[in-house]
Amino acid sequence: MTYDPNYETVIGLEVHAQMVTRSKIFCGCSTTFGAEPNQQVCPVCAAFPGVLPVLNRELVSMAIKTGLAIQGSIRTRSEFARKNYFYPDLPAGYQISQFELPIIEHGQLHIVTDDGVRKRIGITRVHMEVDAGKSVHEGIQGASWIDLNRTGTPLLEIVSEPDLRSAREAGEYLKKLRSILRYLQVCDGNMEEGSFRCDANVSVRKLGQTAFGTRTELKNLNSIRNVMRAIEYEAERQIDSLESGGRIVQETRLWDANLNTSRPMRGKEEAHDYRYFPEPDLPPLVIARERIDTIARQLPELPDAKAERYRNDLGLSEYDAGVLTSSREMAMFFEETVNRGAQPKAAANWISVELLGRLNRGGMEIEQSKVTPERLGRLLALMQNNEISGKMAKQIFDIMFESGGDPDAIVQEHGFKQVSDTTAIAAIVEQVLADNPLQVQQYREGKTKVMGFLVGQIMKATQGKANPASVNAILQEKLTG
Amino acid sequence: MDPTQLSLVQAHAWLSSRQISARELTAAFLERIDRLNPRINAYITVDREGAMAAAQQADDRFRNGTATPLTGIPIGVKDLFCTENLTTTCGSKMLARFRPPYESTVTRRLKEAGAVILGKTNMDEFAMGSSNETSFFGPVRNPWDTERIPGGSSGGSAAALAARMAMATIGSDTGGSIRQPAALTGLTGLKPTYGRISRFGMIAFASSLDQAGPMTWTAEDAAIILQVLAGHDPKDSTSIQAEVPDYVNTLVNRLDGLRIGIPEEYFPDSLDGETRHAIDEAQQVLRDLGASMVSVSLPHTRYAIPTYYIIAPAEASSNLARYDGIRFGYRCENPEDLKDLYTRTRSEGFGAEVKRRIMLGTYVLSSGYYDAYYRKAQKVRRLIARDFQDVYTDVDLLLTPTTPGTAFPLGEKKDDPVAMYLSDIFTINVNLAGLPGLSLPCGQDHQGLPIGMQLIAPVLKEERLLAAAHAYQSATPWHQRKPEL
Repeated sequence: MTYDPNYETVIGLEVHAQMVTRSKIFCGCSTTFGAEPNQQVCPVCAAFPGVLPVLNRELVSMAIKTGLAIQGSIRTRSEFARKNYFYPDLPAGYQISQFELPIIEHGQLHIVTDDGVRKRIGITRVHMEVDAGKSVHEGIQGASWIDLNRTGTPLLEIVSEPDLRSAREAGEYLKKLRSILRYLQVCDGNMEEGSFRCDANVSVRKLGQTAFGTRTELKNLNSIRNVMRAIEYEAERQIDSLESGGRIVQETRLWDANLNTSRPMRGKEEAHDYRYFPEPDLPPLVIARERIDTIARQLPELPDAKAERYRNDLGLSEYDAGVLTSSREMAMFFEETVNRGAQPKAAANWISVELLGRLNRGGMEIEQSKVTPERLGRLLALMQNNEISGKMAKQIFDIMFESGGDPDAIVQEHGFKQVSDTTAIAAIVEQVLADNPLQVQQYREGKTKVMGFLVGQIMKATQGKANPASVNAILQEKLTG
Repeated sequence: MDPTQLSLVQAHAWLSSRQISARELTAAFLERIDRLNPRINAYITVDREGAMAAAQQADDRFRNGTATPLTGIPIGVKDLFCTENLTTTCGSKMLARFRPPYESTVTRRLKEAGAVILGKTNMDEFAMGSSNETSFFGPVRNPWDTERIPGGSSGGSAAALAARMAMATIGSDTGGSIRQPAALTGLTGLKPTYGRISRFGMIAFASSLDQAGPMTWTAEDAAIILQVLAGHDPKDSTSIQAEVPDYVNTLVNRLDGLRIGIPEEYFPDSLDGETRHAIDEAQQVLRDLGASMVSVSLPHTRYAIPTYYIIAPAEASSNLARYDGIRFGYRCENPEDLKDLYTRTRSEGFGAEVKRRIMLGTYVLSSGYYDAYYRKAQKVRRLIARDFQDVYTDVDLLLTPTTPGTAFPLGEKKDDPVAMYLSDIFTINVNLAGLPGLSLPCGQDHQGLPIGMQLIAPVLKEERLLAAAHAYQSATPWHQRKPEL
């Protein structure tokens, strides 16, 4: 299958983000991941007869934060609804969600497209809902296990407009959205553990066509890479089907990451009738304007605003600003490095090239770095003060990256001190000039290229510790003077 | 005097003066239950040990001075209030062996006040019925005539009290389930404002309509119990955050200046003549007490039954989805697969009326029908509520019959659901509007069967209901009439 330039892919994404509230959405059970099965369950989350939900206030604050961060409109009166369907890991037989009146509507975020253009992606709605439990089918013959620990974990469902036009754009959207949620500290964004999940609605249409094509919904996409691969596969599958005279069937398809393919899960006819109706156990959620204003004032600086500040105030390149704001941890690392005395441009360069290069090679995240921002800041300060050379700094950085030492201690231990004492350097320069009369003569005859040779000799004589700037200055003076 | 014939207020006086101990009082009721329950079938579960232990504690409280007006009072509780470690069946095979690991707020408050819970009273399955004939545990018989129904769905609570197998009982009312059986058994039954009493631990039928309430011999007894049960509960987000007034000290003997509305729609031609006559006489008594009668109109009254039978089953169809045989309750034998487990568990575990309402509710919420049924019913519900708001600008209370007639024979309407549904025609709108309503006895028909009348007050005006009922009872003997057993 090949990419067909006559077609356009249209993608809308539905993200389910688990909120990191301490307790579940409607009861006091813990939300910690990884507990023994059915150890974080109470009569409320197991939907025993007569129990009632009580809404977690912390979740509402998180939803408001998210709404503000995506510039959505926040409903001061929203409503919960029941989505009814039978499934063993859905204890009540209905999911408490929001339907007609979601807490947030009309949001947006921005991505950068392949052409480097900033593109607005609309967010139709964000609503609060409850996560289901897990059915486990392994390890038992002819039956299934039910683990209700996850039941009652609060989710935000974030639904994008069909504004995405390629797998790459979908990937960028997810990265941006995940980054925003992490900046807000409302979701850990861990796709493998399922705390950030994505379903994709995909359709294709001929370029220039205004009506949308028939869409399919893709499920089981447990990484951004898989989302992108599944979209690419699906777009190609649909184009091939249309080109060979076929029609697209509206259906839900399950992605198989191992086989790199998807298969139909259920068709339109088998789609559930969820029989939504307003949740009678919860009154409408009324949010005071003042509460929204208070949360707005406490909102952290978000990636786009940060990147703009890095460019305008700190003079960073578009690329560096983008890299350094891609995650909250990265931005914090950068800002702390600068706070410790490093020049912003140098800090940006060292983080994005030296540190990230090494981390990526080791498959590590910035949180795992042995080089702390405090130490990197100190290292760069040493270099800026000419106490060490750039070359030395890289050597010291290597040691710091491997063993995590303090730059001052490493300088001491390895004798990395740069020689900036001009009389000492002048003496060595005199010696080198005396030892190389031929080159001195050539220089004076206009062959200034020999300068480099002489500098090399001086550095060799000082085992590289001489301050290059001083060497250059003194040498120039002696040769011309 | 037989202590089982005392009112709650009298019993408290006896207990306080050590004329009787709580253990003696409880033992007397348990003995009466042993003797009468086989004929009446009012109790599903009798908790002898729990009751005697609670009575012992009550005696301790009288000794150490921490007794309340409910301490030592033997009470029967409808079997849809979850009681920790005590079987709670909801009248269904589905929960025939269900022992909740938690306590409903209603029973917790009763226990904290020192009440003695004798057992769990029979009821229509999942509170769906008006005759107590849909119970998995068999029909309840009316103590006034054991060939007749006691009303429903709190039929067990009504019959237990009418037969003096409890000093007071707790029921629940979704469309009349406290008031209708109270009327048919000669009792005082109060359905408070929606949200006045917590629904936590009360097994749901229709969440936006369900409300717990006391069934008693007198309005004064009802006031004492409401005092304990009313109030906000953080475990029920729909419970009202409002001050709880003093219901007992606001009781009066005169009703001077009280304006009582008589809604014409509640007196149709089809109304039983003896009921009409009894209410006419009651109006005269109320006038004599100082009240004035005002003719009023509630124009949307006739939409009560269709509106209710869309909203209540819709909520029920969802509320009852949790009975799937997976975590608790009945599970079918040897299910072949998941679908078989669901289908057979629910086919075998639910009775016919419950299934009928689940199907009705599922239908009205279905895609394509939602707007025509559920959404429209919600709009009508708001119109019904507005009817009441409008008349309350002119009157303080409304007076209506509670039921279209007196207790009917067992089996008469069992196979005619619409006829059965019509027996709640005067009580349903009170639930739809979320208002407090109280039924109290106001006469007897030619067969000696009790006739009830209903008082309806504005939201949170329970004290007005109780005061009017108390004044009426101070002037009339009907609440003291007892069935011969």
